[in-house]
Amino acid sequence: MTAIPSCKRRDDKDMTSKIQFNRVLPGFGLTLGFTLTYLSLIVLIPLSALVFKTFTLTWDQFWAAVTGSRVMASYRLTFGASLIAALVNVVFGLLVAWVLVRYNFFGKKVVDALVDLPFALPTAVAGISLTALLAGNGWVGQYLEPWGIQLAFNPNGVVIALIFIGLPFVVRTVQPVLEDAEKELEEAASCLGATRWQTFNRVIFPSIAPALLTGFAMAFARAIGEYGSVIFIAGNMPMVSEITPLIIIGKLEQYDYAGATAVAVVMLIISFALLLVINALQAWQRRRTGAPA
Amino acid sequence: MSTTLNSASRRTQAGITEPAWVRYSLIGVALTFMFLFLVLPLAAVFTEALRKGVDAYWQALQEPDAWAAIRLTFLTALLAVPLNLVFGVAAAWAIAKYEFTGKAFLTTLVDLPFSVSPVVAGLIYVLMFGAQGWFGPWLQAHDIRIIFAIPGIVLATVFVTFPFIARELIPLMQAQGSDEEQAAIVLGATGWQTFWYVTLPNIKWGLIYGVILCNARAMGEFGAVSVVSGHIRGQTNTMPLHVEILYNEYQSVVAFAVASLLALLALVTLGIKSVVEWQHARDLKATADLPPERPTV
Repeated sequence: MTAIPSCKRRDDKDMTSKIQFNRVLPGFGLTLGFTLTYLSLIVLIPLSALVFKTFTLTWDQFWAAVTGSRVMASYRLTFGASLIAALVNVVFGLLVAWVLVRYNFFGKKVVDALVDLPFALPTAVAGISLTALLAGNGWVGQYLEPWGIQLAFNPNGVVIALIFIGLPFVVRTVQPVLEDAEKELEEAASCLGATRWQTFNRVIFPSIAPALLTGFAMAFARAIGEYGSVIFIAGNMPMVSEITPLIIIGKLEQYDYAGATAVAVVMLIISFALLLVINALQAWQRRRTGAPA
Repeated sequence: MSTTLNSASRRTQAGITEPAWVRYSLIGVALTFMFLFLVLPLAAVFTEALRKGVDAYWQALQEPDAWAAIRLTFLTALLAVPLNLVFGVAAAWAIAKYEFTGKAFLTTLVDLPFSVSPVVAGLIYVLMFGAQGWFGPWLQAHDIRIIFAIPGIVLATVFVTFPFIARELIPLMQAQGSDEEQAAIVLGATGWQTFWYVTLPNIKWGLIYGVILCNARAMGEFGAVSVVSGHIRGQTNTMPLHVEILYNEYQSVVAFAVASLLALLALVTLGIKSVVEWQHARDLKATADLPPERPTV
């Protein structure tokens, strides 16, 4: 709170003092120059290679490469599964965050640390272990098989792997907002006669909604690009359980560099769009929580 | 005093918490979900690895190909993490300590590799350095191999772990402002002294946090590395790629043995991360408990 007036004063200062403020600390040229060089070499120039490679295709070739029936089936699977997984994560991520912030129970610190497991566990390890669990002879699979439920080697497996990957995104964006939520508002609602459910619906939920949406978008974005955990459990049948990143790998293995690039450009555009959406959501969240009336 | 506080807080809490049965069922559902999706997969790695006993487990880890994979994984992390550490500190210094146009855009660009699919991350280096790529003919003429060799693996890893340290440090350094650094400079410290004695102690927890997360991802990266590696056994297979090959050859126990090492790495990462968070919270609390120097006007 105290930082806000001082920031404002700094902006209002005249030009000379602003330049002086910049000059007091050395290293601006060095650090910015290094940052821009490194960013260009590692990220920008290689990404531009992707765009330039696409320009070697005619529009018809490009369109044919990105709308082939197998590719279209992979978009449907990738988007559908990512959407379902992100929605599941919104529900359970909110629940886990709520339980971790509001209640006390034995082993809470361990559970809290464990939430980040999907960030720390290599995706390939997650992939083979989920497969081992859910295959017909696995710990979980053996009880589901008699009921005719198959969770591995089909689109269900894709959804499960993506739920695993996306969970921490929702928990970790909602958790700090819940921690900062002002209990006084809830007390006021309760004093004014609201039931607990009304308080949650009308007071708590609106304040965490932006964070929840941000978490959803992040989990969704991550799920769309995910490769390692999915390919083991998906079964990878063309038209049925083949995700879009696998299509790119498949085209590369057939030395169809142009085709792989075209599909990659489509994925890249989607990533950019999601990145912009996430940025906008975060700005909204900051306005919601940061602006003091 | 504590009893009056307690009873008072209990009375106020009656209106702002849920009935006990709701609390316990919510905790129950959340823990069941966590158990099914997080604990079971983790436990499965170790049980599958030890399925044929401890001897088979040790033997699996002593294969020369497994060792080569372990060495390559460590080498990759040893190169990628310091590179991104230097970048992270430089980027955070430039973005947090100065005002310039395009700052928000630059911050977005730093985050960009997070939203690019790992497979696309691998592909872009193939398009740059592969046989068909921009520099492909030149590299071939000079007998330099990048793709299907170690440099490509390192590059792809650097790309996917690019934002980890920078994005930890930028908000941290922005929140801390630059008053302390300016004071040091005014008192006659050089830039390096200021960084070393003023900035670094302030950001150390964020730095450690970023480094261990960066390291975990660098050692565990699969998709991007898989595209540029070429899967040459004993030469260009990192641990995750080695796991994949073994698994696809139905050598389940050996695959899970190598995977268990990666799972251990994940557990160590989570452990260090939690300790860092607790330490950081303690430091913050210690600073908050200090008497205020003077009211900010």
